[in-house]
Amino acid sequence: MKSAVIVFPGSNCDRDLAVALRETTGEAPAMVWHRETELPDGVGLIGIPGGFSYGDYLRSGAMAARSPIMRAVAAAADRGVAVLGVCNGFQVLTEAGLLPGALMRNAGLHFVCRDVALTVENSQSAFTSGYDAGETITVPVAHHDGNYNADPDTLDRLEGEGRVVFRYADDVNGSARHIAGIVNEAGNVLGMMPHPERRIEAAHGGTDGRRLFEGLIAAIT
Amino acid sequence: MKARVYVTLKNGVLDPQGKAIHRALAGLGFTGVEDVRAGKMIELDLADSVADADIEAMCRKLLANTVIENFRIERLAA
Repeated sequence: MKSAVIVFPGSNCDRDLAVALRETTGEAPAMVWHRETELPDGVGLIGIPGGFSYGDYLRSGAMAARSPIMRAVAAAADRGVAVLGVCNGFQVLTEAGLLPGALMRNAGLHFVCRDVALTVENSQSAFTSGYDAGETITVPVAHHDGNYNADPDTLDRLEGEGRVVFRYADDVNGSARHIAGIVNEAGNVLGMMPHPERRIEAAHGGTDGRRLFEGLIAAIT
Repeated sequence: MKARVYVTLKNGVLDPQGKAIHRALAGLGFTGVEDVRAGKMIELDLADSVADADIEAMCRKLLANTVIENFRIERLAA
């Protein structure tokens, strides 16, 4: 399956994400620079990588969300193409309005960089079809602005519609209701702060992240 | 013509930076500081033709994230 990774100035997990996609799709993704206005033809999965796009100027993800390529990403998401935003990618997706809410400075003010336990809340989503609902997985986080926030009505709607797909088993950053990852209404856009692309091979300390990619690819091909 | 845009967190949104500043002020011995909220000020140098509605659109589209932030626009005399 054809995939693409969007690269912004300051992205730093783009190559890790590319390796994860290459390993799991069997084909190297197209690396698409943020100044581009179109995605390559036939792309079925778009990755928005972690990092510090535009140096986190103004707000994390704010500048990247207004990059020319993001109009093409939004159009592809509308057509049902799968979009996976990790860490800064999650921040970009909320800033772009493709996911609700906002990611604020961690409540404890510290940059948090460690393995965390995540509960898979919902295995119905294409992104979590490689897991069992209720399962606990271990994936690392590395972020300063991962404190997910939305108004109570939005949070209730996300919960009620089964759109909170990953939750921290313990408080990590002050996120409302320990939310670690959410999907959009149509279920084809996922934003998550933890880094599944950093748990692809046994040498990474585990393969819990690989199952996200494998499950997703099986679900959408 | 200049305009200043003040961007602040909405009431009720936790402001960890404000809290840290508050603690630091207390640590320096300043008493009577009841709360601290940190925000940002963005100064725009504008052509005279730019209307108030344009500045408001800039705030809504980029300068503020209205999910969590409020903004206030102040036009400065030339």
